[in-house]
Amino acid sequence: MSDGRDRVLARVRRALADVPRGERPRDVPVERDYLRTHGARTAGETVDLLAGNLADYRAVVHRTTEDGVGELLARLLSRRGAASVLVPPGLPPHWTAAVDATRVHDRAASTPWELDAVDSVVTGCAVAVAETGTIVLDGGPDQGRRRITLVPDHHVCVVRVPDQVVGSVPEALERLDPRRPLTWISGPSATSDIELDRVEGVHGPRTLEVVLLAAGEGGRAADGG
Amino acid sequence: MSGTYLGMPAFPKAARDAVRNGTLRGNLRHATHTIRDKRARAVAELEDWEELRAAGKAIKDRTLRHLDHHLVRLERAVTAAGGTVHWAADADEANRIVTALVKATGESEVVKVKSMATQEIGLNEALEAAGVRAYETDLAELIVQLGDDRPSHILVPAIHRNRGEIRDVFARRMGRWGRAAPEGLTDDPTDLAEAARLHLREKFLRAKVGVSGANFMVAETGTLVVVESEGNGRMCLTLPETLISVVGIEKVVPTWRDLEVFLQLLPRSSTAERMNPYTSMWTGTADGDGPRDFHLVLLDNGRTDTLADEVGRQALRCIRCSACLNVCPVYERAGGHAYGSVYPGPIGAILSPQLRGTGSEVDASLPYASSLCGACYEVCPVAIDIPEVLVHLRERVVQGGEVTRQGVRVTLRPARGHAAERAAMRAARWTLDHPGALRAGQRLASRTRRLHPERLPGPGRAWSDTRALPKVPAESFRDWWQRTRGGAR
Repeated sequence: MSDGRDRVLARVRRALADVPRGERPRDVPVERDYLRTHGARTAGETVDLLAGNLADYRAVVHRTTEDGVGELLARLLSRRGAASVLVPPGLPPHWTAAVDATRVHDRAASTPWELDAVDSVVTGCAVAVAETGTIVLDGGPDQGRRRITLVPDHHVCVVRVPDQVVGSVPEALERLDPRRPLTWISGPSATSDIELDRVEGVHGPRTLEVVLLAAGEGGRAADGG
Repeated sequence: MSGTYLGMPAFPKAARDAVRNGTLRGNLRHATHTIRDKRARAVAELEDWEELRAAGKAIKDRTLRHLDHHLVRLERAVTAAGGTVHWAADADEANRIVTALVKATGESEVVKVKSMATQEIGLNEALEAAGVRAYETDLAELIVQLGDDRPSHILVPAIHRNRGEIRDVFARRMGRWGRAAPEGLTDDPTDLAEAARLHLREKFLRAKVGVSGANFMVAETGTLVVVESEGNGRMCLTLPETLISVVGIEKVVPTWRDLEVFLQLLPRSSTAERMNPYTSMWTGTADGDGPRDFHLVLLDNGRTDTLADEVGRQALRCIRCSACLNVCPVYERAGGHAYGSVYPGPIGAILSPQLRGTGSEVDASLPYASSLCGACYEVCPVAIDIPEVLVHLRERVVQGGEVTRQGVRVTLRPARGHAAERAAMRAARWTLDHPGALRAGQRLASRTRRLHPERLPGPGRAWSDTRALPKVPAESFRDWWQRTRGGAR
């Protein structure tokens, strides 16, 4: 093993004989004159952009407030006909208090087959990116292990707006901790493998619903779903 | 897979067969044109595209100029996060390492995320020989594997197949590999995707070992990144107990922040999306979430030889987006198989001859598989000047010279096939150096011009079959100038 290591590193060093001896990695210039975000937006406009881009990639977007979130989630799950729903350990209890479906808790011993038998999963998220219509999960207590948002066919993800929403990819990376397992999700699973045309729905959840949860009251009427 | 690249004919011969295949041409034309326009729209959304492109190029150059430093740093970070790092100088060494790791788990099958590096080293065949079944899980790779076919595109390996052909492959072959295709399967892409979902699900759920590549590795943090669409990547990266990632050494980037450039450049260039559906990032192992064992196999296999060439090394900036394939007029007509490598298209034409050397007929012909139109350079998100490298490699094939092969400096002899061309050039040089001889020759040509044939004889005949020979004027330019001083007399 160390044999291969020495050989590869020696080859790299020989190949770079033209690089001046005193040059350090950071001496090679990288101009970062690209934009931090594309265009100026208010916090509200950033949330609107997120909603638009999520919908553009076939995620179903809903808006609500703390007062309405329990009722909305119950409605989404019953409309789906979900008999069971996975709930990460740190999900706020009032989010799913009104849900009829059997709540399933993810255990370390849960097998993939058991997860496959669950209809839906409800999670929070770590951050959402408006410009790309992306939600990012980092395995936090309200999101759970990576597999629980992968195997069930229906994922409902709650995004606290505007706090969890950033404009751009550079802003999202700044907020994330690389030591945590991260999953960036932009719409339901899809493929372009047949004639380079996009088709939604392969191995990941085929339905992605995103709930934009605003602080405060009076959001029930704004539900787009 | 029975498909092999060994003994592939030179590009011109393989391409001649391909362009006669009307179905293949139609499939390729349809697919490349669809994606071409979409890419242009996705790129136009970002007003700072050129700045991002310049930064992407600069970050990769910074990495490559100090690659040893970044690799050692990456190794330290991955190890600190609970992973194990292996180094493989060539394909055989990588295959031996992976096979031994799989054997150690006691398993006889693995699920695979689409990976160019493992295709390049022929990992599936090596595992098969050791009694381990490797299941490809990317939809297009599945189509290729079930059809006993070869990949023809970096992003969409089954681009040469249309929906009807895919339906037939699924209906006939799925049953042999596991769950059969549903009765009455149609050629609707939604139905085909559903059939793949059902077929692969049992394999994902029972898999104990996953094998992947990676799009990026962050030296600073030890984080690996896989960019995908279907969710098969997530399945392979999170459900198995053991994960083995085989990654080319050029995939490292120095810092976490550097990802902000590539995560904007890659999806828009490859699938023309603002962001691809799924991107997974992991650093070593995580408690209770995902594989317990993580192995990273760092692969050289010709990359350091490529790095040793100061002009050619820019090919190592490639992030495998395949935008250059989709715009290439030669690729569109010849298809991916003619390139005789897992890396087809313009990038393949500069990468394969550098990774493998120009010893074989197909590799020596690849630098010529281009009209040098430059469309590939225009769309490349890391600004690889493909035409420049093509010309550089042509020069090397014709003239020979110093190159590095498996870490050793060797001197290539000039290609023999070009002896006639070199002789003609030598004759031309002599003639142009001797004005008297040139004048005498031109006058002779003018005086005998009525006797000139319409067609060229010998090997020139093919050229003149479809072109009219230019008429030799009654008087040469030089004589006309001497007589009239440019019309002044």
